[in-house]
Amino acid sequence: MFGLDKKDFRLLLLVAVLVALAPFILNPFPEGSGMAQFNAGYPDLMQRFVIFGIFAIGFNILFGLTGYLSFGHAAFLGVGSYAAIWMMKLLTMNVIPAIIVSVIVAGIFSLAVGWISLRRSGIYFSILTLAFAQMSYSLAYSVLTPITGGETGLQPKVNDPRILDGTLANGATPKANLFGLEMGSSFNLDVGAWVFTFNVGYYLAGIVMLLAFYLSIRIFRSPFGMMLRAVKSNQQRLNYTGLNAKPYTLAAFVISGMYAGLAGGLMVAMDTQVGAERMFWTASGEVVLMSILGGVGTLIGPVLGAGAIKYMENILSKINSDILHTWFAFLPDGLEDFVVTLIYPFIGKGWHLTLGLIFMLVVIFLPGGLVEGGQRVARLFGRKKKSTDTPDGKTTPAE
Amino acid sequence: MSKMNLTRRGVLKTGAIAGAGVAAPTIFTAQSAAAFTNEPTGSSVTLGFNVPQTGPYADEGADELRAYELAVEHLNGGGDGGLMNTFSSKALQGNGIMGKKVEYVTGDTQTKSDAARASARSMIEKDGAVMITGGSSSGVAVAVQALCQEAGVIFMAGLTHSNDTTGKDKKANGFRHFFNSYMSGAALAPILANNYGTDRKAYHLTADYNWGYTTEEAVRTSTEAMGWETVAAVKTPLTQTDFSSYIAPVLQSGADVLVLNHYGGNMVNSLTNAVQFGLRDKLVNNKNFEIVVPLYSRLMAKGAGANVKGIFGSTNWHWSLQDEGSKAFVKSFGTKYGFPPSQAAHTCYVQALLYADAVERAGSFNPCAVAEALEGFEFDGMGNGKTLYRAEDHQCFKDVLVVKGKENPTSEFDLLEIVEVTPTSQVTYDASIFGGELGSCNPGA
Repeated sequence: MFGLDKKDFRLLLLVAVLVALAPFILNPFPEGSGMAQFNAGYPDLMQRFVIFGIFAIGFNILFGLTGYLSFGHAAFLGVGSYAAIWMMKLLTMNVIPAIIVSVIVAGIFSLAVGWISLRRSGIYFSILTLAFAQMSYSLAYSVLTPITGGETGLQPKVNDPRILDGTLANGATPKANLFGLEMGSSFNLDVGAWVFTFNVGYYLAGIVMLLAFYLSIRIFRSPFGMMLRAVKSNQQRLNYTGLNAKPYTLAAFVISGMYAGLAGGLMVAMDTQVGAERMFWTASGEVVLMSILGGVGTLIGPVLGAGAIKYMENILSKINSDILHTWFAFLPDGLEDFVVTLIYPFIGKGWHLTLGLIFMLVVIFLPGGLVEGGQRVARLFGRKKKSTDTPDGKTTPAE
Repeated sequence: MSKMNLTRRGVLKTGAIAGAGVAAPTIFTAQSAAAFTNEPTGSSVTLGFNVPQTGPYADEGADELRAYELAVEHLNGGGDGGLMNTFSSKALQGNGIMGKKVEYVTGDTQTKSDAARASARSMIEKDGAVMITGGSSSGVAVAVQALCQEAGVIFMAGLTHSNDTTGKDKKANGFRHFFNSYMSGAALAPILANNYGTDRKAYHLTADYNWGYTTEEAVRTSTEAMGWETVAAVKTPLTQTDFSSYIAPVLQSGADVLVLNHYGGNMVNSLTNAVQFGLRDKLVNNKNFEIVVPLYSRLMAKGAGANVKGIFGSTNWHWSLQDEGSKAFVKSFGTKYGFPPSQAAHTCYVQALLYADAVERAGSFNPCAVAEALEGFEFDGMGNGKTLYRAEDHQCFKDVLVVKGKENPTSEFDLLEIVEVTPTSQVTYDASIFGGELGSCNPGA
């Protein structure tokens, strides 16, 4: 269906179901219980899951297929965000123009960056992209302050022009909407002790992610995708056969840049604020981590990686020593303090440490990322082993 | 996962979603019966403490968090009550806020607006926080303030010194107790003129971002009004760690005062470089060469070590102040943690108490009622003397301290001495000079 074979369609369907049911899946613990701390089903985090999912899917088209490791993708995310916020300030608070323009602007910017950076490959390419991203960051942070707002960033203001919108009611603040349906509005479903939140913004972002995911499957399965894999496996051989790899890699670069722009535009649509640190090099590094953690070159991997990292950033970092003490209150005093001291470095501000450890474990024991972990578990419990049962499109092309 | 859909529960869930989908258009507009966002209904109320726990300002963040924990303890009736005893308003009883026990959640802003907003949103959406407070940078403060305005909760800014927070980016739901660049300039200029004369030539090194710009402008305007001349103002990248290449041209410029509009690690490095270059031993235009640091903090003074000796700057509060409020705060903070609080800790503690007090006086957690109680509120006994929360821009007006690096420090905390307490009247400005719209308060829901 949709031009996909059965296996890919099943994967797409699975992702669709997961996206649709995320408010339930991510809120497994009843409200008010001690475990509620680990619930992730609130709008902001769910939106981040899918938006960074899009970002990682796009990054994976470049890194997973061509093997070009870009360290500057956050710049495209940032450029997309700035484009989107300006659309909202100048044109309308409706998110559609903002999202479309963010994709276009990020595409043009990535074309320029890719044109120059792709003259080199390997580590030189990575450093070039890193340099461009840091340059964009510095420009946005200081030199371009009139356009970017510098350190304080940009937000829609009551007195922005917004030529397509009518005047705001007195005292109202501009809110991102889709033809009047506000992104921030949610519906709470109370089921016993559980509260499930359905948020308009999340479902919009979810639908966009499904489209992005579908597009990425099509790219992975297309002759174009095959060409990109050829670049990854042996670019020299490709050159000797008389093919110029540059247009293919540039196209992949621009596509992934547009994905990043789309993610940036959606971020603004969900939360109308842009700051320059969105383009900082650590943000570029984060998407690399997401891809590797989830599984480079697999379809679903980057999305899982994005989810894992954002979960840790938002949930682990909010556990403080007070909460730990309440958890271990049942232990005798001395032992309680000891256990808390033992765990404390890994939570709260130490969430980076936990992330680092998990990353190391994954890279050492599961080189294929979380997807490989999933496959191993599936193989362990699966009744019939099929060697070709990999949803990642790693089937070897015929030569 | 796909198997789960065949179970009874899966079918029920799908049904619920479908139901919600059909009902959506009518429900979305009226999402709940609450009068305002996160109305506390149980026996407790949740506050959100959003501070930098990682990144360049982690030290300040850690101190802010200590202050908040102390404030919660005092609000709930624990400890020695701290500033609640000296506070001019006696609405707080030590039984929580309006009888509700104060609980709190913490988050890490990482000194990034995105991370700070994510953390604040999770506090509002997941933990039901009715007030967000904290932060150690103006970028973060402006970002989180705008978020709180949208979400309909109160934001009590932590350490943020840029004019923008209550200037061009002010919001009806946001309040700042800390002072700002303008006040620094206004307080410093007369002291500088008294000590260094009125015919000085100043050279500015400015951190290349918003806070740097506003600080440079403030110091420049007020010193030029005193008769100083500004020779040059050079912007330095925020990530710069070695300032020698910026210091060398200072001597050739003919300037005899160097103003370092730097904060945190930037200031520590640039000051160290300048002192190592021997700038302070030079004689230019027959005058001793001097260095000025507009915004001082104890943590910065500690980082720069002996180099801060004799250098002027301004600060919001210092633990060596001898009024009743300051003494009470230093005592209860010191008893709990073993060292004196920083100005970041002080402003955060005060903000938490001011919020609680405003709720008590308003008799409601409704952001609009709280904002009304804070607007135009005059109080005393919080360590800064008589203070006014101005209604027009939600900025606190109080005395500003001009400090100097101490020549003979007696301990690692005793690094700054107070030169003068500049009275409020001298640092007050018209609320409209920075532009911006306060808007009207948003209770959410």
